[in-house]
Amino acid sequence: MNFIGQLKRSLAVTKKDLFVFYLKGPVLISGILMPSFLFIAFIIGRNLSISFLIPGLLGMALFVTVSSIGPVVAPWETRMKTFERLVSAPIALWAIILGDIVASLMFGLFITFFIFIVSIILLGVEIISLSLVIGTVIAAFCFSSLGLLISAPPTDNPSNIMMLSSMIKFPLLFISGIFVPISSMGKWKFISYISPLTYYIDLARYSVEGTNNFSPGIDLLALLGFSILFFIIAIRWHKKSLAKRF
Amino acid sequence: MYSIKARDLTKKFNGFTAVDKISFVVKSGELFGLLGPNGAGKTTTIRMLTGIFKPTNGTALIEGYDIQKNPLEAKQLMGIVPEMANAYVDLSALRNLMLMGELYGIRKKEIVKKAENLLKLFGLYEKRNNKVKTFSKGMQQRLIVAMGLVNNPKLLFLDEPAAGLDIGSVRLIRKLIKEFNSKGITIILTTHNIEEANQLCDRVAIMNHGKIIAIDSPEKLKSTFQSTASIEVAFDKKVKAEELLFGDVVTEAKKVGDKIRLYSKRTEEVIPMLVEYSNSSGSKIISLNTLAPNLEDVFVKLTKE
Repeated sequence: MNFIGQLKRSLAVTKKDLFVFYLKGPVLISGILMPSFLFIAFIIGRNLSISFLIPGLLGMALFVTVSSIGPVVAPWETRMKTFERLVSAPIALWAIILGDIVASLMFGLFITFFIFIVSIILLGVEIISLSLVIGTVIAAFCFSSLGLLISAPPTDNPSNIMMLSSMIKFPLLFISGIFVPISSMGKWKFISYISPLTYYIDLARYSVEGTNNFSPGIDLLALLGFSILFFIIAIRWHKKSLAKRF
Repeated sequence: MYSIKARDLTKKFNGFTAVDKISFVVKSGELFGLLGPNGAGKTTTIRMLTGIFKPTNGTALIEGYDIQKNPLEAKQLMGIVPEMANAYVDLSALRNLMLMGELYGIRKKEIVKKAENLLKLFGLYEKRNNKVKTFSKGMQQRLIVAMGLVNNPKLLFLDEPAAGLDIGSVRLIRKLIKEFNSKGITIILTTHNIEEANQLCDRVAIMNHGKIIAIDSPEKLKSTFQSTASIEVAFDKKVKAEELLFGDVVTEAKKVGDKIRLYSKRTEEVIPMLVEYSNSSGSKIISLNTLAPNLEDVFVKLTKE
């Protein structure tokens, strides 16, 4: 079975995910509203500049949307008895996972693109480095892979995975420099280094404000490294849990 | 030519042996039945043959490909209708079939043509653009079977394809199973319905406690169990089954509805005995039928604890 053939099949999984899970009014609306409300809740009463807030909003929107649906696809398919059919087809497990990741990535990029446009047109935000565009795509892949990794436990109950997902996602939001700059974290600064979101926020801050903790190259490399790591672990864990799903 | 060659297939789950060293072959073009009570290991066997479960031990060759070493090549030649599988209910029937075609790497033009043919064949063409969630159970199951045929498989696994369906859908599925088999597709049919296996299968394997306990054609299996030949008799008065054991001539007598079924190797001797019993007891015989052993009797006998 050739690699290109597997990629095409992976695309079929992406299409299926988009039609079944993402291209639905409530999902699209909540994709925009959820990060916006979260963000508003944290900025009210704080005197912060737009150029400080927008990178945070971008990071939060990308992180929350990309990892919102992806984790529940596998448990949902297990429950609906469609998963066995999928894995019985001549498609490698990595290609199924890649298809799920790409669907989730596309959804996240669509929402983030919407925020980009609003920020540029309505708020007059200037993007001074194009590395943010590349970084956004890599970060979307990275966060989506994290979502797929979280979905590996062999449950058919999506709420179990949602709980696990929240337990991992929310602490990451707080340690990644969205609301509190890393430089103000003092001796706890090192915790932020384990979060892939830190590097995306840093890259976004550099691209909008011109300030950064790491060079853009380091940010991109870190995101790429996390992406590869999460993708490989997701494949391994799903492989391990596959037989337990039936 | 063999479609399947399974050797010493074993599957253990946390120390529990679900399938225990089973070996069998299925010839190309054969319609092969897998029978057994719940928990016998049928579905686990199918899942090992279709590459979903990794066997704890043993090997399986599917159309010459080792399912462990070349799973994708083997799967490319199979069609699979898993037990209790569903189609995507938020997609239309046509889109479900298109998805399957894409997963098998078929070109778009071919998929559309094939999907339309299958929808016509399974009586779903008029509803091709309707979401599957609007379908009845029978229509959904027909679609699921159709999804297993998108890739023109050489080998088709059907795990309980007609379970719980209305008689119309059952007949259609059985008719199509026969048709596909006559076109040369090898079919592995897992079923609880013994009569279905009897009518459709060239050979059946009966499984119990993870082992194959008998494997042969339905007729040969029946003839092996001549002691299960029986006579069904009904009297105009109430008669106790035990009264008709007639020494060692009748091996078993049991009440079946308003009749009594007598099992014997020497059925020809039982009839005069019944007539004599009728005369002496004053119970008039109102019906009497001799029954050849059926596959159900064989199945019950073999799977009895």
